[in-house]
Amino acid sequence: MSSEITDDILLDIHRRMVRIRTFEERAGKMMEDGKIPGALHLYVGQEAIASGVMVHLSNEDYITSTHRGHGHLIAKGGEFTYMFAELYGKATGYCKGKGGSMHISNLELGMLGANGIVGGGPPIAMGAAFSCKFRKTSNVSISFFGDGASNEGAFHEAANMAALYKLPCVFICENNGYGEYTPQANHQAIVDVADRAPGYGMPGVVVDGMDPIAVYEAAGEAIARAREGGGPTLLECKTYRYYDHVGVRGMGLSYRTDEEVEQWQLKDPIVNFEARLAEQGLLSPEAAQAVHDEAQQEVDTGIEFAETSPNPDPAAVTEDVYA
Amino acid sequence: MAEAQPKPRELPYVAAITEGVRTVMQEQPDAFVAGEDVAEAGGVYGYYNGILNEFGPDRVFDTPISEEGIVGLGVGAAATGCRPIIDVMFMDFMGECMDEIANQLAKMRYMFGGRATLPVTILSMAGAGASLAAQHSQSLEAWICHLPGLKVVMACTPYDAKGLIISAARDDNPVIVVLNKMSLALMGPVPEESYTVPIGEANVVRSGSNYTIISFGRMVHEALAAATQLEKLGIDAEVIDLRSLQPLDSDAIVASVKKTHRAMIVHEAVRFGGFGGEVTAQIQELAFDYLDAPVARVGAPFSPVPFSPVLEATYVPNADRIVAEAKRQLGL
Repeated sequence: MSSEITDDILLDIHRRMVRIRTFEERAGKMMEDGKIPGALHLYVGQEAIASGVMVHLSNEDYITSTHRGHGHLIAKGGEFTYMFAELYGKATGYCKGKGGSMHISNLELGMLGANGIVGGGPPIAMGAAFSCKFRKTSNVSISFFGDGASNEGAFHEAANMAALYKLPCVFICENNGYGEYTPQANHQAIVDVADRAPGYGMPGVVVDGMDPIAVYEAAGEAIARAREGGGPTLLECKTYRYYDHVGVRGMGLSYRTDEEVEQWQLKDPIVNFEARLAEQGLLSPEAAQAVHDEAQQEVDTGIEFAETSPNPDPAAVTEDVYA
Repeated sequence: MAEAQPKPRELPYVAAITEGVRTVMQEQPDAFVAGEDVAEAGGVYGYYNGILNEFGPDRVFDTPISEEGIVGLGVGAAATGCRPIIDVMFMDFMGECMDEIANQLAKMRYMFGGRATLPVTILSMAGAGASLAAQHSQSLEAWICHLPGLKVVMACTPYDAKGLIISAARDDNPVIVVLNKMSLALMGPVPEESYTVPIGEANVVRSGSNYTIISFGRMVHEALAAATQLEKLGIDAEVIDLRSLQPLDSDAIVASVKKTHRAMIVHEAVRFGGFGGEVTAQIQELAFDYLDAPVARVGAPFSPVPFSPVLEATYVPNADRIVAEAKRQLGL
């Protein structure tokens, strides 16, 4: 399949990235303000990946996500109202307040959940890919995971089985350079996680995860191969998270330098993409601002919805355990 | 003159398992069987014999030795519309896939606010007695009964094996069917047609008036043998096969204890921290005033399952130990 990229797709990717960034900035603030309980793992900095991949997918295509999962759900079409309500723990949230940030999901959008277990997603994505094949559909299943998860046995088992059965599965490693607080060089002896792909009998590809077009093109190729029965691909996207492993501000740990963060921010996926689109005459500064304003409005509406939504009925605590 | 009733067909436990799986595969087009050596080899105990031939390689397939991957395959496939039958060859191997069982399969529906349905049936083999030592002989049902979201059943007869497998596969929840390797040759009546054994209903396998033995899995047969011995001591024991541990038929237990006033729980698993502790606690919560004696518990000692046949015979509970414990409990 040609990965020819139309103007509409470029603008779509831009809008998805802006929606993620705007949502995450406000979610982080609300966590710091004590409005959102628990722990948030913010996707800021990594927007190009979810956005560049998800434009290839329909609601019948599946994804599994990670603990850093808001961006994946947003790019898959998640609505801010139900997302913020879930983060607030309200009855109106996507998971009725029972999952929160780490388990946010929407099966109707094909989003099989953020996951609090590092490496929890790849086996499930592989199972959903099996299901696509078993039910004779042309749908695909995407597993998003990090460099940290690439060291889990669960990833190994899922990758081997997906390749063995030639499943319509794409393993997308968002390598942000850290497994929690441990730099990649201290958790694996390789630089490119994609180097592991030949060991499973699947192609391995490395792209700049800060460049949405590079992600779009590589993902398009991998997804097309999966749909056509060519089996899985391991696509590694080099990226960076601007904020801490959890929340916005760090815990005072010196596991990375300000200079390092600033260097990565020079590659900001949204800023650079907007400059590129402006150069091509596709997106004026005013038009870009309108996209940001629209996302901001959506966030405001989402926060309003969450704050005015009812809490779960305490009696619901034991509901939804069984079908 | 009435015609003699035809003798009901009898099958060994192993064939009843096969028939249960075959029935499910016939009834449910979205069902498939995945596991280690389940297809070409028919399973290490042969209870998938013929399943591959009948249903073909798209629906019956061998997996790598990758328990976490296999259960994960079941979770992902079930969440997207399939009804997987997943074989975890030995229950001891659940350690390899416990994240998928405990954190994904059991919790997905709840975490997603009731918006996921996970009709996964897991078949797994438990039980000591074959000199398979510490890693192929355990009864680990207490691990999985502690996980909200799962149902757990244990079959002690061929009839129950087939009926519970069919019930498990029709259930829209994850159900773990714990089978027993020492019961594979056990004969018993098994109807040829499809039938279910309800999940959540205990079975009173012997009625009695002044003593209750609650058990499940293979130990039900030891409890029945013990009940015969106890008759000579003037004890008329009722024997309850729980069949379903989660959900637990507390009503059946309480009704019996209120009648008999004395109770014992017997299981093959290690006594300490075993499922018997839950049963004992429930009896004391729900029928304390009816008890004439503390509830007794019989289980394995606090050690891994040993290898040597001599040691293993000491380890696994049996009718004699049940009788001895009853005598101690009652001061006989």
